[in-house]
Amino acid sequence: MPTFDLHVPINEADIRALHIGDQVRLYGTVITARDAAHKYIMDTFIHPPAIPESERGLYEELKRLWRGGIIYHCGPVVSRDAEGRWHFVAAGPTTSIREEPYEADVIAHFGVRGVIGKGGMGPKTLAACQQHGAVYLHAVGGAATLIASAVKEVLAVFKKEEFGVPEAFWVVRVEAFPAVVTMDAHGQSLHETMLAASAQRLAKLIGRHS
Amino acid sequence: MENLIPHFVELIRRAATDLPADVEAALRRAHDQEEPGSAGQGALAVILENVRMSRASSTPICQDTGTPIFYVYYPAGWSTLALKKQIREAVAEATAKAYLRPNSVETLSGRNTGNNLGDDFPYFHFEEWEEDYLKVDLMLKGGGCENVGAQYSLPDTRLDADRDLEGVRRAVLDAVHQAQGLGCAPAVIGVAVGGDRASSYIKSKEQFYRPLDDINPDPRLAALEKRLTEEANMLGIGPMGFGGKTTVLSVKIDSLERLPASYFVTASYMCWADRRRTLIYRDGAVTIE
Ligand code: SF4
Repeated sequence: MPTFDLHVPINEADIRALHIGDQVRLYGTVITARDAAHKYIMDTFIHPPAIPESERGLYEELKRLWRGGIIYHCGPVVSRDAEGRWHFVAAGPTTSIREEPYEADVIAHFGVRGVIGKGGMGPKTLAACQQHGAVYLHAVGGAATLIASAVKEVLAVFKKEEFGVPEAFWVVRVEAFPAVVTMDAHGQSLHETMLAASAQRLAKLIGRHS
Repeated sequence: MENLIPHFVELIRRAATDLPADVEAALRRAHDQEEPGSAGQGALAVILENVRMSRASSTPICQDTGTPIFYVYYPAGWSTLALKKQIREAVAEATAKAYLRPNSVETLSGRNTGNNLGDDFPYFHFEEWEEDYLKVDLMLKGGGCENVGAQYSLPDTRLDADRDLEGVRRAVLDAVHQAQGLGCAPAVIGVAVGGDRASSYIKSKEQFYRPLDDINPDPRLAALEKRLTEEANMLGIGPMGFGGKTTVLSVKIDSLERLPASYFVTASYMCWADRRRTLIYRDGAVTIE
């Protein structure tokens, strides 16, 4: 099976060329966002009629970086060196399904092309992937050291004081970040097909007919 | 009692950063068996490289360093109070050294205690034994895989599972199917048959201390372990749920007495990051295996 190299910003055609089961290597800017960040985005940028002046700078920056960009569901362990630069020490994916209520809106609003996490997401996100041209990318759960080594540089961090280190927006540059497409822009979810296929095999093994 | 704290810190460091050889060998065999170039094989290659890097840099194999579970076997005359104090101190120190992530959260307030200590954290089991040395078994049990563990009360009509080994087989296969890739497959499945709800869960987790390639002394359970390992892998869920030949590395089963009214089957799930180490203190010398 081929491996696809994706460079951020990613265009729609490159995303539509991907199918579930494809392996990818990611290059470029990725931003971490988990529970607090998603709630903040909904409450501050997407729901209210106007964005508060104090939050405008961050909004513009996210709009710029997420157009064709990547969200990563990750709460990293970080360290800071003598010069004050941040480094990712451990950076495996966290469970994605908690962001299911929000992700479709975030994809649509910012023009995000990929969401990295683990465990997959639900029908709302799958529909948004199809409609807007995005994919869900499954990272290898637990591979904290290896993924941290694919993070070559921490470019910026937002909301660290307010949300804490694991929940902040970390803007990082990655090289050859490995992941697998498990939800594509054609309405297919590997999680759903795998569940159905293994249910059939289970029925065979335990002698029931579904 | 002698100060063993530095040795307990080292036990924790080894457990968190240095995957046991039998687990790594099983992951390597799984890698070599998967379809070349498949996503499942790719995931195992990433896992093996991660294991190598973590060992070399002494950083946690997975950022979720789990619940530390200590089983302490001591000769007559030892103070379990003193042992517990020293191990708790070592846990706090290992957390400060970033071998462990701060992982203990007060349930009602949501506050992280910051040092992996709490009234009931970490988990201890003390047992006096007839040997003349101290043995401390440590496992780090991740949260994602803990969430997919399951308990069945037989008979279970949905699974057509009666109170016999065939019923056990059905329950375990169902548990592996329900978990899909969510517990970071490939897994070791620890199974307990019997007991009450609590003792059954504990017994199922104790299976994770067993070497992966040991053979169950009970031939009935040995046969079922072998069969279930093969059949769970026929489900095709594969590494991370990407599909493939390896969904479980091994299935380990034990039984315990039950009440006439109950027949529990408990399946605990241990992710690929199957972290365990043993400290032995004998004649003033410490070894860690
Ligand atoms: S299930 Fe295991 S490998 Fe996966 S994130 Fe949790 S501790 Fe890490």
